[in-house]
Amino acid sequence: MSALAYPDHITATYYLILAAILFTIGAVGLLVRKNTLVMFMCIELMLNAANLTFVSYANALNDISGQVIVFFTLVVAAAEVAVGLAIIIAIFRRRQSVNADDVDLLKG
Amino acid sequence: MDAVVFFICAAAVVVGALGVIAGRNPVHSALFLLLTLVSIAVLYLQQHAALVAAIQIVVYASAIVVLFLFVITLLGVDKQEAPDDAHPVQRVAAIVLGALALTGILVLVHGNRWVTGAHSTRGALGTAESGNVETLAKSLFTDFFWAFEITAVLLVIAVVGSVVLARRSGHRAEAPDADANDAEAGEPGARADGERTPA
Repeated sequence: MSALAYPDHITATYYLILAAILFTIGAVGLLVRKNTLVMFMCIELMLNAANLTFVSYANALNDISGQVIVFFTLVVAAAEVAVGLAIIIAIFRRRQSVNADDVDLLKG
Repeated sequence: MDAVVFFICAAAVVVGALGVIAGRNPVHSALFLLLTLVSIAVLYLQQHAALVAAIQIVVYASAIVVLFLFVITLLGVDKQEAPDDAHPVQRVAAIVLGALALTGILVLVHGNRWVTGAHSTRGALGTAESGNVETLAKSLFTDFFWAFEITAVLLVIAVVGSVVLARRSGHRAEAPDADANDAEAGEPGARADGERTPA
């Protein structure tokens, strides 16, 4: 499968560094933002960074299982978005806000 | 050529990600997320993952982003929010910790080989004759069949859960008396009422 090797210098390392940067941005965003919708988008960023890592390794090792795992990650992401947005809607109906700081019933 | 495509897409990914966390308007954040997702789809294409790239466009860029936009408009939170400067310490700490984590990842693997391990333990990516779709489907429905069935169960649970969550709120909205009681009673009482309603 030498045909799958790149003709130039873009190796898996580049993709993995990009995925690390993307994951870090998502994690920082999750900690910084208080709008729950934007926090969810940051979770999507982190999931995409993980997916990019899987695909990069699938390509580098010439192994199809990395791409299959991405499907399962996608399913989990879709389920998470469906349930999470339903929770956000339920919170909004009660609190009239999507700010994470307004959900403080358990605060001592 | 590959390098040009990679660096353009990488720049778009990073710009989109920064736009998501910097945008004051949730709609702008969602659109920046779309930019990131499409750029990642191009990176998938570049790595011989054609089917994954297509799924990325169909599921992520279409369904999930549209769901986000739908919820944003449904809730009517698509307006500029005040810059949340309540916790400047938290913001600085988050950025410092994020930079530390990224540095840690990069330093840990610096000088080592990034990619080690056995090659093609579950089969190769696919050849010109049997394309990516066929190879992937064969692996998905043989090696990963159990996981495939379990994700089907997970999806059903998620859908049922979403419906239950949405219906509970809708049910309460239909009864104006219960709504008034909710507004007057404190949070504990309202919560107990919400717990009892579905039963």
